Amino acid sequence: MASLDDLKKRIASVKSTQKITKAMKMVAAAKLRRAQESAEKGRPYSEKMNNIILNLSNGISDKENAPKLLSGTSQEKTHLCVVMTSDRGLCGGFNSNIIKKAKSYFAKILDEGKEIKIITVGSKGNDQLKRIYGDKIIENISFKESKNANYFDADKVGKMVIQKFEAGEFDVCTIFYNQFKNVITQIPQVQQIIPLNNEGEESSSEESYEFEPDEEEILSNLLPKNISTQIFKAMLENSASEQGSRMSAMDNATRNAGEMVDKLTIEYNRSRQAAITKELIEIISGAESL
Amino acid sequence: MSEEFKIEIVNPEKSFLVKDDVLEVVVPAFEGEMGILKDHISIISFLKPGIIKISSKSGDENYYVEDGIVEFKNNNLSILTSSIFNLLDLDKSKKDDLLKLAEEEASNSEINDQSKYLIDQKIEVIRSLN
Repeated sequence: MASLDDLKKRIASVKSTQKITKAMKMVAAAKLRRAQESAEKGRPYSEKMNNIILNLSNGISDKENAPKLLSGTSQEKTHLCVVMTSDRGLCGGFNSNIIKKAKSYFAKILDEGKEIKIITVGSKGNDQLKRIYGDKIIENISFKESKNANYFDADKVGKMVIQKFEAGEFDVCTIFYNQFKNVITQIPQVQQIIPLNNEGEESSSEESYEFEPDEEEILSNLLPKNISTQIFKAMLENSASEQGSRMSAMDNATRNAGEMVDKLTIEYNRSRQAAITKELIEIISGAESL
Repeated sequence: MSEEFKIEIVNPEKSFLVKDDVLEVVVPAFEGEMGILKDHISIISFLKPGIIKISSKSGDENYYVEDGIVEFKNNNLSILTSSIFNLLDLDKSKKDDLLKLAEEEASNSEINDQSKYLIDQKIEVIRSLN
């Protein structure tokens, strides 16, 4: 059994850990509110963008000559996967969930005899993936410097993806991110962004539009923007999810630390009493023997 | 009959401006400036760098945009843009920053004719603001 002094030290250390996790939880809660807000504020843009593209692609008469970003390269040999994770740890299963999803997707693609290329956004994803898929990672981007998800960063990733697409480096592009449902639930998502997969979605209006310049030109201008927008949406969802996940993880950690402190305190008190009893017995039996 | 319609400007981060007492909007569409009044035909177009002029009952406003998409439908004008500034907020140093950025872009030789045209346009507009 640990000595009284050891127990005292352990209680103190658990208590200070608890203080840290509690503070982290508070910070995450504050950040979560902001992240959630900006995720909600960002929604109209991507929704409107989606709507316009839907209207446009329905209006296109000549499907054969549609931009490649929309219709694909007519083959599916090389897949580019953009795995979006956080730059910081201590956020529960947040990163592992994305990685797990991504790994099972990679295995499926490789089984089909196709090639994959990986871009990791966020250093945690890179850390976990480079052990197995190190040779497949072509780029690693991290936005440690920027405080919040901003469109400028997303645009950088988007431009890079498009540049690679135009150079013919891949045929299909998918992004992996966590969708924020609520504080305790984040759903890992796999979303294909090239070619744009919006079959089955019905256009909201039957109305015909006037286009200036013509549909094809607008589309070819709009589609690259849409890529950045989708990536930005994923980044916003991701940052809200990260904070939510961290908050619940830290909440759990704080509670566990509390339980541990209670348990250790009981043990400490018991052994203190035992020591006192032992001493008393010694004194009494010493006195009796006289 | 009222002559007002609704305008909504959104950028990726938030809804930038919502107004429902707009009388006329002039946008720098790709093929030239375009004035939009109530009951305009449904249209989709995209923007080149320039000034959006909004005249509404509550006063006139001017915004500088670098790119974007306009959609007009059922007397709702939506403008999606990733870079928009109110001219009133755009002071000298901010303009200089934008100009410097644009000039840097223009000095890049690996751009195609269309983006070259857009950047030249951008520089021209910013210069004219000064």
